[in-house]
Amino acid sequence: MASDGVNLLEVRNLKKYFSVKKGLFGRRENVLKAVDDVSFAIKKGETLGLVGESGCGKTTVGRTILRLYDPTDGEILFNGVQLQSLKQKELLPFRKRMQMIFQDPYASLDPRMTVGEIIGDPLDVHKMYQGKDRADRIKELIELVGLKPDHINRYPHEFSGGQRQRIGIARALAVEPEFIVCDEPISALDVSIQAQVVNMLEELQDKFGLTYLFISHDLSMVRHISHKVGVMYLGNLVEIADVDELYTNMQHPYTKALLSAVPIPDPDLAEQTERIRLQGDVPSPLNPPPGCPFQTRCAFAVSACREAKPELRDIGSGHKVACHLVQ
Amino acid sequence: MISIRLNEKKNSRQPDEMFPDLPDELFEKLDETQKGENEQIVRPSVSYWRDAWSRFRKDRLAMIGLCFLVVMGIAAIFGPMFSSYTYDGQDLSNGNQPPSAEHWFGTDKFGRDIFVRTLYGARISLLIGFVAAAINMVIGIIYGGISGYFGGRVDMVMMRIVDIMIGIPDLLYIILVMMFLGNSIESILIALCLTSWIGTARIVRSQVVTLKHQEYALAARCIGSSNLRILFKHLIPNSIGPIIVTVTFLVPSAIFSEAFLSFLGIGIQVPIASWGTLVNDAIPTLFTHPYQMLFPALMISFTMFALNFIGDGLRDALDPRLRK
Amino acid sequence: MKLLEVKNLRTTFQIDAGQVQAVRGISFHIDKGETIGIVGESGSGKSVTMLSIMQLLPDNARVEADRLAFDGVDLLKLDAKEMRRIQGNEIGMIFQDPMTSLNPLFTIGDQLMEPIRIHQKVSKAEARKRAIEVLKLVEIPSPESRLNQYPHEFSGGMRQRVMIAIAISCNPKLLIADEPTTALDVTIQAQILDLMRDLKKKFDTSIVLITHDLGVVASMCSRILVMYGGQIVEEGKTREVFYNPKHPYTWGLIRSIPKAREGRKEKLIPIPGSPPDLLAPPKGCPFTARCEHAMKVCAELPPVSVPVSDTHRAACWLMHPKAAKRRPEVTKHGI
Repeated sequence: MASDGVNLLEVRNLKKYFSVKKGLFGRRENVLKAVDDVSFAIKKGETLGLVGESGCGKTTVGRTILRLYDPTDGEILFNGVQLQSLKQKELLPFRKRMQMIFQDPYASLDPRMTVGEIIGDPLDVHKMYQGKDRADRIKELIELVGLKPDHINRYPHEFSGGQRQRIGIARALAVEPEFIVCDEPISALDVSIQAQVVNMLEELQDKFGLTYLFISHDLSMVRHISHKVGVMYLGNLVEIADVDELYTNMQHPYTKALLSAVPIPDPDLAEQTERIRLQGDVPSPLNPPPGCPFQTRCAFAVSACREAKPELRDIGSGHKVACHLVQ
Repeated sequence: MISIRLNEKKNSRQPDEMFPDLPDELFEKLDETQKGENEQIVRPSVSYWRDAWSRFRKDRLAMIGLCFLVVMGIAAIFGPMFSSYTYDGQDLSNGNQPPSAEHWFGTDKFGRDIFVRTLYGARISLLIGFVAAAINMVIGIIYGGISGYFGGRVDMVMMRIVDIMIGIPDLLYIILVMMFLGNSIESILIALCLTSWIGTARIVRSQVVTLKHQEYALAARCIGSSNLRILFKHLIPNSIGPIIVTVTFLVPSAIFSEAFLSFLGIGIQVPIASWGTLVNDAIPTLFTHPYQMLFPALMISFTMFALNFIGDGLRDALDPRLRK
Repeated sequence: MKLLEVKNLRTTFQIDAGQVQAVRGISFHIDKGETIGIVGESGSGKSVTMLSIMQLLPDNARVEADRLAFDGVDLLKLDAKEMRRIQGNEIGMIFQDPMTSLNPLFTIGDQLMEPIRIHQKVSKAEARKRAIEVLKLVEIPSPESRLNQYPHEFSGGMRQRVMIAIAISCNPKLLIADEPTTALDVTIQAQILDLMRDLKKKFDTSIVLITHDLGVVASMCSRILVMYGGQIVEEGKTREVFYNPKHPYTWGLIRSIPKAREGRKEKLIPIPGSPPDLLAPPKGCPFTARCEHAMKVCAELPPVSVPVSDTHRAACWLMHPKAAKRRPEVTKHGI
């Protein structure tokens, strides 16, 4: 995948905290640190995969980049332009260039609109393709995602999950974006349909030079589609590297545990593979452990891990790890 | 040992003998076009409304109510044309006649044909009922929608205003308005629309509060839709079910309120007949000529039944969870 | 010894638009102490199959079978009361979503003790003791205090452990797990699967694992049934199905999951199209419209299930001798 080496999207020290009121009359205020100082960059034409389990903050990162949430701190740079403080009206031209594909194919399409209206909605908002061109453009988009033009007048509930997800992709592509956040786009789909959608995303990336942030908990799929992969845990980016480097030379104990937990669809290999068993549950983001967020479940934790949060450090050729035990 | 389904040659392990013998051409490759649709949608396209209508049709009471209303509406519009009597044609010699072939509902003390007056009354009452409901719906949607969507302080202030308004009895407002604006149909409409929209506003608000977190609302924001566009293009249409049901119940409520006001004497003035005034006029002769009150009262009751049945039917028909 | 025997099970649902044939004539068995996996996607009929056997379907469903026997007892002849004695007692069921399968209004203790008291007819104190034992078995720490807590105070993984505890509380002979880990994070999934394996070893329970995840069946099950369009298209020992699959759908499934051997980014080959609508199931093989090897006979006649070995069967016309030239090469590493 040819990339010109220019960073299309860059995120620096991004923080998103939510305040949760508890207690009588909501007097006690607790802070949920959904994203706690995350930095990365994505080159034009590439895919960054962001993996982690529930509560790690990966979805929040995606939504904050698109300013669906306002960041608590940090910078978001799109093609060099700072987005974090722009007002909603100033963001409008950027909304043409940055789009999102959502996780739930059953909830992300307005059930009262026909497929044609759903795909045409962004065209209307940005006043693109008006008049006769509009119908042509909608037809073009629906065929691009492998559906038939006579589906345009049908309603979302008449389609299967995979088909609905493709309608969502058509909607995202309508305004010719450059960057798409794919927020768990295949989690709700059947296995054979997942492959259809992933292949389609790859073809579209080749065809239109798209840049993706691919958020998922499916480590095998992320490995397949990404150029670079980042691992998140409790709002922190604990490791990030080029895809092959990460999967063959992972350094962070959480990354190792995560990857070993993935069931292998090959009986012989499954039997041979050593599994690292993680004990206990993920701590609550309302009450993160002191120091390194992973130290409560880490088999190698030492006293330094309880005292200070490790920095994300480059250990060579762009491979960054946040762990006191890795040099 | 796995049981063998087809023929009984249990000892054989060759697949050949398990299969029936079939002609060679059947094993030709199947053409792409002959394979059949693999993105097929089998079921007919059913829009929300058609689906709701088919459910509504099954509710017998609701259909009876609908038929009654339709018949009433047609009678109210066209009925008086077929009668030789008018609503204000007095014939004092014929006063207080019981129902007969001439006068189906009898005559009142001025000899006016009650049947025709009832039909005219239907026009007035139905007009007031539906117009009041429509105005309430519009105000309620806008108020509740804005309050629910923007949330926070806007919502808090708007809802507190509403709470205060509800605290004061409706009748007080209505009487004040009627006193200042007189007794025309317009003033009654204004009076009835003062507070009845609050129920609708609350329903709309609660729907919007729930729906604004749906992913399609988020998707609309992502596309760059303005807040008002999201509210009126996405959220309100998806709340239309409960809204319609609430509004349907506003109609009988308005009809009854108008009847009640007229009954109290602060409603429509003579000689315009509404069902309420007809009932009011018939009070002195309640025990001597009970039919004079009976017919208009029955009309009010039946219409309210009909509208309530329709409302119940609509509530079930429009509930998206019941869709199969 | 056959624990569960199913012959020609057919389940249909009556809806406004017609009749949906969710399960169209399947037959299989489960032996004592076995773990089998039923693999399939949405609409394949895998969940409906087990719900039909357990008689947990809604009123508009009709279940028919030539034979449906559990531990020698003919389930078709039982009335509701006798069936209830089996449900929860001899057959335990774990559902997919731990968030919704527990009643938020009752404590974990109440929900755990309920089946124990119903089936084993013991006192409340006895039931409580047993409940604590079971919570220890599923590795929930400080079970005595957790008994009095409500579902919302537990995490997803913990809730699923509680579900497992409820399912095994009466020492069932058969455990049906319907997508038990689909809603869980991958590290928690690993914990739950380990737990199920340990429990099975301890109590020699037979397990039916319904899932769409081939990775899960590869490590958990000794036998696999592959379902598509309401029918079993292939069944066999795990290694047979993974390394010598005979049905194009199985090939499709295996090819569409990324396996990413070192350094190689394999192309995913998806199965085009979507599953058939079982309101109007196709005449012949249900997979025809999506199969690249489809022949004319596939569209006309439903294929017969034939043996590939003593333990391996597949239902595909490609196995007919006259289709020999259409069969593709299948090796352990690719098709």
